[in-house]
Amino acid sequence: MGFILISLIILIGITSYFLGNLRAKNLRTSNQKNLKSLSHYYGYYVALWAVVPALLILLMITSFKSFFIEQYVLSDFIALGSYTETELSLLFTQIENTAMGIKLFDENTILIDGAVNKLNYINKTSENLTYVTVLGLSGLLVLYSLFNINNKLNSRKIVEKFLLVLYFTCSLVAIMTTVGIIFSLLYETLRFFSQVPITDFLFGLNWSPQRVFVREAGDLDTRDLANAFGAVPLFAGTFLIALIAMCVSVPVGLLTAIYMSEYASPKVRDWAKPIIEILAGIPTVVYGFFAALTVAPLVRDIGQGAGLTVSSESALAAGFVMGIMIIPFISSLSDDVIKSVPQSLREGSYAMGATKRETIVKVLLPAALPGIVGSFLLAVSRAIGETMIVVMAAGLNAKLTANPLDAATTITTQIVVILIGDQEFDSPKTQSAFALGLTLFVVTLALNFIALQVVKKYTERYD
Amino acid sequence: MTDRIEQRINSLNKRLNSEKRFRIYCIGAMSFALAWVLILFLNIFSSGYSAFYRTVIQVDVPFLNLIEDTTQFSEMSSEDINNLSMYSFSKKAIYGLFPDIEEKKDKKMLIRLFSIEFEQEIREFLKSNKSNINETETIYLTASDDVDQVNKGNYPRDLDEDKRRIKDIQLLFFDDLVDRGLVSYEFNLPFLMRGDSREPELAGVGGSIVGSLFTILVVLILSFPIGIFAAIYLEEFAPKNRVTDFIEININNLAAVPSIVFGLLGLGIILNTFGLPRSTPLVGGIVLSLMTLPTIIIATRASLRAVPPSIREGALAVGATKMQAVMHHVVPVAMPGALTGTIIGLAQALGETAPLLLIGMVAFVVDVPQTPLDASASLPVQVYLWSESAERGYVEKTSATIMMLLGFLILMNLAAVLIRRKFETKW
Repeated sequence: MGFILISLIILIGITSYFLGNLRAKNLRTSNQKNLKSLSHYYGYYVALWAVVPALLILLMITSFKSFFIEQYVLSDFIALGSYTETELSLLFTQIENTAMGIKLFDENTILIDGAVNKLNYINKTSENLTYVTVLGLSGLLVLYSLFNINNKLNSRKIVEKFLLVLYFTCSLVAIMTTVGIIFSLLYETLRFFSQVPITDFLFGLNWSPQRVFVREAGDLDTRDLANAFGAVPLFAGTFLIALIAMCVSVPVGLLTAIYMSEYASPKVRDWAKPIIEILAGIPTVVYGFFAALTVAPLVRDIGQGAGLTVSSESALAAGFVMGIMIIPFISSLSDDVIKSVPQSLREGSYAMGATKRETIVKVLLPAALPGIVGSFLLAVSRAIGETMIVVMAAGLNAKLTANPLDAATTITTQIVVILIGDQEFDSPKTQSAFALGLTLFVVTLALNFIALQVVKKYTERYD
Repeated sequence: MTDRIEQRINSLNKRLNSEKRFRIYCIGAMSFALAWVLILFLNIFSSGYSAFYRTVIQVDVPFLNLIEDTTQFSEMSSEDINNLSMYSFSKKAIYGLFPDIEEKKDKKMLIRLFSIEFEQEIREFLKSNKSNINETETIYLTASDDVDQVNKGNYPRDLDEDKRRIKDIQLLFFDDLVDRGLVSYEFNLPFLMRGDSREPELAGVGGSIVGSLFTILVVLILSFPIGIFAAIYLEEFAPKNRVTDFIEININNLAAVPSIVFGLLGLGIILNTFGLPRSTPLVGGIVLSLMTLPTIIIATRASLRAVPPSIREGALAVGATKMQAVMHHVVPVAMPGALTGTIIGLAQALGETAPLLLIGMVAFVVDVPQTPLDASASLPVQVYLWSESAERGYVEKTSATIMMLLGFLILMNLAAVLIRRKFETKW
C-alpha cells in the first residue's frame, strides 16, 4: 500500500511542478508584469505544497494506526476488564493470525469472531481512509497554492527557506542519533541497576547471567542477582585481548609508519601504503573466521608442541588477529604525524652528524609524540569496541584470567551472546547487555576525547 | 692517540650498525603487515574457490516405470506433478546404477551418495521438461556433501572407517561411478541462486546476496540525501554558534562509536519503541545508515571545503542568491568527492555484522527475500552463521561467501577510485 501511495504522491508532485510553472508563465504574459521569482520557483512552490504535508500526514497515520486498530479490535476484551496489558497484546497477535487464516482458538468464539471481523473491517476501511485523506489533502493544497500564485508572492524565498530548514533538520539527525543511543542505553541500564546494585556490577567477580534464567523470574534472590552480574571478568578479558592486540600492532604499526615516511622511496610507498590499508577495509567477520579457523588451531598446535595447555579459544589468537586488523589505524595516522614534522628539524639533526635512526628516535618521534599517542588511543578504542573477532574466536564463558593462552571473554562478546536470537525483555539478563553497552560507549568516548585533547594540547607548533 | 681514533671508529661502527639494524626492523615490520594481507587472501581463496564447483552424478531415470505413456506428463499441471508419489520411484532409479546390490544396508549407503533432495530434483526436471519426456531420461543429481568433498580432495580417504563420515562401501561405489564416467564436476550455479539450507550441498548465498543488496539500498536511500544535506548545511549555511558546534561534536563522536552500540540503538529504539519488523533489511538498513552518516558527512564536507571560494564569489557577483550559488555551482563541483565518500560508507555498511546480529538478521532463512520487509540474512551474517557449523562443506562455503563479499567491496572501492580520478577537478 505504502509504495503505491508514495508513488502517487510523487506523481502529483511532478504534475503540480509543471502546473505551477505554467500558471506563473501565464500570469506573467497576461499581466504584462514581472513576477518576483523565476517561473520554475513557482513550480517548486506548488510541488512542495503537494508533497510535503501529504508525506507528513502519511507518516503520522502509519505510526499511530496500529495503536488505534488494536484499541478498536480489542475494545470488547478491554471492556471485560479481566485482561492485563501483555495478555491483550498477545491476544491481538493471535487475532491477527486468525484473520490471516491460521486457526488458533477452540473456545471463546463469539468474541474472537467479532474481533476478527472487526480487524478485517478496520484494515480495509483504514486503508481507504488513508488514501482519501492523503491524496485529498495533497490535491486541496495544490489548488490552494496554485490560486495563491500572484505577482506579489516571492516563491523563491519560500523555496529557499524550505531547503534551509530541510538541510538543518538533516544535520540534526546526528544529534538525534546520539540522543537515541544515550536514551536507549540509559533507560535499560537504569532498570537494570534498580535490580542489581551498580557496585555489584562494576566490582563483582562472577559473570553468569544464564543462572538467572534457571529460576522463575518471580522469586529472584537479590544475592543471586548480585552473584550473576559481576562484570570484572569481562573488563579483564577485554583489557587482556586489547593488550595483546596493542602488543602486535604498536611496534608493527609504528615501525611501518617510520619506514613509510622516512626510508621508503616514493615508488615503494605508493604500492605498500594502499596494500596495508586493505587490512582496514576487510570486514571484521572475515578476521573472525580467519582467527577461529586458522590462527586459533595454529596457536594451539604450537603451544601443545611446546608442552603448554592452550585453550582452543585462546585470548592470544583473538588478540593477535585483532592486532593485525588495527595495524593500519596506527600506521596511517602515525605516518601522517611523522611526515608533518617540519623538514628543518630533520636537516638540523643531520647537520649535527646524527644518523637517520638517531634523528628519528631522538628528534622526530619526540616531536610527533602527541599525534602518535593519539593514534594509539584511537586504536585501543577500536580494539575495545571490536565485536566479530572476539565473538567468533574468543571464549564465551566468563572466567577471570590473565593467561593469554586461556579463553577470555569480552564486553562485546557478552552483549552478542545475550542479545542474539530471541530475547525476553524485562529480564535483568537482557538489561545487563545494555549496561555493558553503556560502559562500552562511555569508555570509547572517553578514550577518543582524551586522544583529541592529547593531540590538541601537546602538539607543538612549528611556524 | 691511536686509542682515541680506534674508539671513535668503534663508536661510529656501532652507530652505523644500529642504524642498519633499525632499518631492518622497519622493513621487517612492513613486510610482516604485507605478509598478513597475502596470507589472509591466500587462506580464504585456497579454501573457498572449490565451492564454486559442485559434484553431480549422472542417473538414468526410467520414467516409463512411473506412468504408462510419458506423453501424459505434458497434460499434467505442476500441481499434479507435485502430487505424484515419486519417492520409491526415485530411489529405484538410483538403485539402477548398481543393479546387483541386494542388501538393504548397501542400498541405503548408495542413496546417501546423493543429496537428500534427489526426489525433488527429479520432480523439478519433470516439471520443466514435461512436454518432451522420453521413456528414459539422463538426469544430473547433486551429490551429497561428503561425496562432493571427497571428489574435491578436501576430505581424507585414508582415515579409519569409523572416523570418517563416508564409508568404505560408499567410496567403492563412488570410485566405480568415476570409472564409468558418470561423475562430473560443474559450475555451482545453485550456490549463487539458493537460500540457506541445513544441508551444505544445497546451501546457497543467493538469499544473503539479495538481503545485502536490499540493506545497502536502504542505506543509500537514507544516508545519501541526509548526509549530503547535512554536510551542505554545516559547511555552507551554518552560523558559528553553539548549536553548530554541538552538531559537529556529535558527528565526530558518532564516527568513533563502536558499531555494536548502533545495534543496541536499533534493538532498543527501532524495534522495541517504533515496532518495525525484526530481522528485515529495512531495519538493518536504518541502523547501518545511522552508522555510515558520519563518514558521508565528513567526506562531503571535505570536498565542499576544497571548492575554491572564487566559484562561490563568481556566482554571487552575477546576482545569484546564496542558495543558488551553493546548489548550482558549489555542490556540482563537490559531487565526485561526495559520491566517493558515499561509496566508501556503503562499503563499510556492506561489511558490517555486529549491529545486524542484535536486530535479528541472523535468522535461518531458506527463501530468497522478495522485499526489504522480508526476514533475511546478509553476506557477512551468512559468514558468521556458517562459520559456526562444523561440517566441512560449510567451511568451503564460508570462504566462498567471503570471496564474494570481498569481491563486492573491491568493486565498490574501485568505483570510488575511478570516480575520483575521472571527475575530480584540480584547482
